[in-house]
Amino acid sequence: MIYAILAWEFFKIGLFAVGGGLVTVPFLFNLIDAYHWFTAQELTDMIAISQSTPGPVGINMATYAGFKAAGWVGGIVATLSEVLPSMIVVYFLARALNKWHENKYVLQVLTAIRPAVLALILAAGWQIARESITDYKTAGFLAFLVAAQHFYRKSAIVYIVFAAIVGVVLKL
Amino acid sequence: MPVSLWKIYALFFKMGIFTFGGGYAMLPILKSELVEKQRWISEEELLNYYSIGQCTPGIIAVNAASFIGYQKHGLSGLIAATLGVISPSIIIILLVAALLQQYMDNQYLQWAFGGIRVSVIALIINVVWDLWLKGVKTVRDYAVFIIALGLLLWGNVSAVMLVILAALSGFIPSFRRGAE
Repeated sequence: MIYAILAWEFFKIGLFAVGGGLVTVPFLFNLIDAYHWFTAQELTDMIAISQSTPGPVGINMATYAGFKAAGWVGGIVATLSEVLPSMIVVYFLARALNKWHENKYVLQVLTAIRPAVLALILAAGWQIARESITDYKTAGFLAFLVAAQHFYRKSAIVYIVFAAIVGVVLKL
Repeated sequence: MPVSLWKIYALFFKMGIFTFGGGYAMLPILKSELVEKQRWISEEELLNYYSIGQCTPGIIAVNAASFIGYQKHGLSGLIAATLGVISPSIIIILLVAALLQQYMDNQYLQWAFGGIRVSVIALIINVVWDLWLKGVKTVRDYAVFIIALGLLLWGNVSAVMLVILAALSGFIPSFRRGAE
């Protein structure tokens, strides 16, 4: 029963991959030897496509891997199974947070984490920049966008659509 | 007054479509849609959910969506937000995998993605700048930020370990600047 196996394997990935979508990559590679649903080359292509298609990359990879293993039902089963542990854990954490959010120690910890999370976000931006800012054209467009977003507060979505159009026009 | 489940689903669906890359790419979108446009949560709350979502199992974007959905509408809101944020992925990836894989090499699409990646970096820079103004105030905050960035760029420290270390720093004095 391939759907049950898929559900179990992706539930485990959702439970043990702590730290975001790309952390699931080594777990996906482990599936290759265990089940032969796809080859390492196919998985590498799937990861590349998942990073450039809309949607969080971790979810995209789960849908893609599930589809390769067992068709479109497999894609849906794998994705839902991978997010189920998150939903359960967050449910209990959100309840606890609502109860304890005025607790002195909880506040201290949450405040202390913030600068580290900002560093994490900036480091993620740096990772993308290392691959995408390759010449004067991309560097100039980046400087323009940073200034534009700073002075013209439009929704992030407006800037993403704008950048896609500029990307085609300037051949970025 | 709680918002409708459909509205939660639709809003997260829309944000899912415009997330390119990992959960971090979603933060600027969550901020402009949920903090600035809808005023559902504050910047501090958003950053709290992100911090916690970093060390809870699973995809960060889903963890953040679940948190916000729960705050707006309890368990059913959590489910609506999560289903909303994963629906575009399921639809688009199944279409790509079944029919469109050969079009992913299309030159125009690649140029568009090139532009989108640049805008994601710009959005990240601006969101970090905004949150910096709100959240980084004390000497300890500066120290944690610089050490964290150093460890991430030159060390080999996982994000989870970093968040745990930063949490522990909450118990050392913060040396707040100014008159407070």
